[in-house]
Amino acid sequence: MKLVNPANKRRHTLIVVGSGLAGASAAATLGELGYHVSCFCFQDSPRRAHSIAAQGGINAAKNYQNDGDSVYRLFYDTVKGGDFRAREANVYRLAQISVNIIDQCVAQGVPFAREYGGTLANRSFGGAQVSRTFYARGQTGQQLLLGAYQALERQVQAGTVTMYPRTEMLDLIVIDGRARGIVTRNLVTGEVDTHLGDAVILGTGGYGNVFYLSTNAKGSNVTAIWRAHKRGALFANPCYTQIHPTCIPVSGDYQSKLTLMSESLRNDGRIWVPMKKGDKRTPDQIPETDRDYYLERRYPSFGNLVPRDVASRNAKYVCDEGRGVGETGLGVYLDFGDAIRRLGRKAIEERYGNLFDMYQRITDEDPYTVPMRIYPAIHYTMGGLWVDYHLMSTIPGLFVIGEANFSDHGANRLGASALMQGLSDGYFIVPYTVGDYLATNKLDKVAETHSEIRNAVACVQQTVQKLLGINGKRTVDSFHRELGKIVWEYCGMSRNAQGLETAIEEIRSLREEYWQNVKVPGSGDDFNQSLEKAGRVADFFELAELMCVDALERNESCGGHFREEYQTADGEAQRDDEEFSYVAAWGYRGYGNREDLSKEPLEFQYVHPSQRSYK
Amino acid sequence: MRIKLKIWRQKSRNASGRFVSYPVENVNPDMSMLECLDVLNEQLIQQGEDPVAFEHDCREGICGSCGFMVNGVAHGPLPATTVCQLTMRHFNDGNELVLEPWRARAFPLIKDLVVDRRSFDRIIAAGGYISVSTGSAPDGNAIPVPKEAADRAMDAAACIGCGACVAACPNASAALFTGAKMTHLGILPQGKPERDVRAIRMVAQMNEEGFGGCTNIGECTGVCPKEIPLEVIAAMNRDYFRASWRERDNVVTTIRPFTEWSTGSKLQVDPPSGR
Ligand SMILES: Cc1cc2nc3c(=O)[nH]c(=O)nc-3n(C[C@H](O)[C@H](O)[C@H](O)COP(=O)(O)OP(=O)(O)OC[C@H]3O[C@@H](n4cnc5c(N)ncnc54)[C@H](O)[C@@H]3O)c2cc1C
Ligand code: SF4
Ligand code: FES
Repeated sequence: MKLVNPANKRRHTLIVVGSGLAGASAAATLGELGYHVSCFCFQDSPRRAHSIAAQGGINAAKNYQNDGDSVYRLFYDTVKGGDFRAREANVYRLAQISVNIIDQCVAQGVPFAREYGGTLANRSFGGAQVSRTFYARGQTGQQLLLGAYQALERQVQAGTVTMYPRTEMLDLIVIDGRARGIVTRNLVTGEVDTHLGDAVILGTGGYGNVFYLSTNAKGSNVTAIWRAHKRGALFANPCYTQIHPTCIPVSGDYQSKLTLMSESLRNDGRIWVPMKKGDKRTPDQIPETDRDYYLERRYPSFGNLVPRDVASRNAKYVCDEGRGVGETGLGVYLDFGDAIRRLGRKAIEERYGNLFDMYQRITDEDPYTVPMRIYPAIHYTMGGLWVDYHLMSTIPGLFVIGEANFSDHGANRLGASALMQGLSDGYFIVPYTVGDYLATNKLDKVAETHSEIRNAVACVQQTVQKLLGINGKRTVDSFHRELGKIVWEYCGMSRNAQGLETAIEEIRSLREEYWQNVKVPGSGDDFNQSLEKAGRVADFFELAELMCVDALERNESCGGHFREEYQTADGEAQRDDEEFSYVAAWGYRGYGNREDLSKEPLEFQYVHPSQRSYK
Repeated sequence: MRIKLKIWRQKSRNASGRFVSYPVENVNPDMSMLECLDVLNEQLIQQGEDPVAFEHDCREGICGSCGFMVNGVAHGPLPATTVCQLTMRHFNDGNELVLEPWRARAFPLIKDLVVDRRSFDRIIAAGGYISVSTGSAPDGNAIPVPKEAADRAMDAAACIGCGACVAACPNASAALFTGAKMTHLGILPQGKPERDVRAIRMVAQMNEEGFGGCTNIGECTGVCPKEIPLEVIAAMNRDYFRASWRERDNVVTTIRPFTEWSTGSKLQVDPPSGR
């Protein structure tokens, strides 16, 4: 890998979009190296990125517990957990870097949980049989993000990074085939601006909000990567989405988002439903003999700690059988009764206190005495822009990091590994690979008046004016909710060909209606939250169709992509390695046209694909 | 249930503002305060009116985006709860709720219930970090951290930067926020080397932003959604005193006595570079 001469670094301007774990760590590190960095986020402060909400923890192959962990085992677990749909080389590198991340974060002052002797504590997480997850109470994402944010602010102070909060990227500027800048809208004044640079790095997070109800923050969106996709970046595996098994069930149609209960709860909580259909007794009235601890029964070796896709699917099965609990019948119990008897209430309080408080605040029930009710919800998107080993997209000079790329998790992500990937990409990978790109390419200065720049600005202004001009009858939210229902119904926890075809039609006609009948109040030249949403939902509409197209194309089940037609006799996902051991990378071909499919074959040299078993 | 919302409406920083009352029908007790505003906004858009601007993102009480006064109390009546987690079951049918933005000189208004809190970022930029560049860290277990210290650091680090403490304080002081960061980093062995310079710079920035001084009233901790204790302010004062004494000859050229900044008068410290 080539290096950039230190004296030359400050001559390069780099654009980092996003200030989550991936974006903030990248911007801070690039600033430390001496580059000139412009960093963007849509919130009022970089510290508010969605990463802040991660609860459970971050994996690293430290083997501090001496329980047989190693870089190889983390690599193996991640490839297997991803149902053999990830690139081995990327995953191996991720496992290697995992140990450096912990060191870096400790040095920054991240207050990880400690043992009495002062060493770092660990817990175990779904899909692993070793204890390799580092955590800071139930606020691991917050503490890691604050660490990265503080490093970022240190660079702001040093003058290497300029931070642009409340600024949304609305287009990518591509000149002579290379990414050379972005078009932004200032969310307070409405001003549309351009920012030019020698490379653009997107760390803009996942697109789970296409489902409307998800555990993502309300502002999480696909806009930045979608607009880059429309400028030529391939979009990989859009249908790989993760449904998290432990969320608070939906309670009413006013609901604006779903709340996750950290997966770490499955360490001590036991999941069950009544044996009998339609058992309306309260949980304390149901004796042990009438309870079905279905995960422990079906998966004796992993029990309640099976990976997320397996846990979610099984919850769906028991609810489909009519054994679900709560008013809607869409829920299962997560019971801490045993753990409290065994370890005492204090120990449980110490481990999960803030999660229990949150649950109580939302549901008005006390989880120390009444089992929690949980149900799966959309949580994470494994798909994203296609990147090579250097995390560069198919547009030279456009790098994609964190949840926004597709790189490491295959068809299913293991718990506590998104934080690891975001920080690995941002602190330890992209700072080097961007340097290599700059050192090996001659980048001429771009004239501010270049026609591509004017063209991109005009595009953005047109979209804004168009949305404001429709002045129809329905609000943006009402469309978004309806879109979400379609995607959840047909492209959610399980999918089939017929449903997906229906979904594509419904999405198309709703999208038509959107452009005729949406009502966006206010103007384009001030603070207008409806307008922000309207642009994002327009992009979700296009993405939603591509997700269904991708799901329809993939005639197999793998990880979070469960096609009902392809399952084993006992209802597990059935892969088809002969036909589908590839990354599906889609190319944009104009509004409303079917996208072009390219395939990157996956080869496995070390971890041999097998039927995933957690029995 | 039915709720009446009396909301501060102001189009922009320089426009004049006023309260406007809106009835909201069909409020479900399980809704959050923000979902109740969503319902109102859907109505307003349908009627062709400008929806109420309010800040939010995670809706889980962790990002610190949301926040406004509810009947004069920052984040409303429920202790340790942000408005995004405040459910309507804590109010009664027919209640009138008065919603107002945070009001402080250092938080200029943007629109309706939205204010500009970048001053908080600048306080952190002044010194709220440990200077360790990527790649230079020793092994995570190289420096043991007593469990008690890690726990206390975590208590202080839980601050979400929402600004409720400032809004609740009659002096509009940012002492709880600033003290929380100084305590978090100051307790840990990794944060010790920069403790003095951090104290001096962060306090100086706090004053420069126009936050008032702390006169130990304690309103801040009462409304803090993360229950950051007043001790962090005592710790800040202690660090600041000690630092000013130790550093009197070098880093700081013109440091003024505590009483002056604590009563809100402007402090002149050498400005941190690069601002
Ligand atoms: C509730 C919850 C709990 C989780 N818990 C865990 C856990 O315990 N362990 C784990 O490993 N993972 C967890 N995850 C997943 C993990 O938090 C995320 O995958 C990860 O934080 C994503 O980080 P990121 O930096 O890629 O993106 P984000 O943190 O989403 O940041 C995106 C950034 O991009 C900016 N942005 C987006 N679009 C634009 C635009 N158009 N213009 C300008 N800026 C833009 C935003 O402002 C933001 O700064 C959890 C996720 C959720 C939802
Ligand atoms: S100290 Fe409390 S009230 Fe103040 S910003 Fe932090 S969390 Fe909010
Ligand atoms: S919206 Fe994030 S704390 Fe309330």
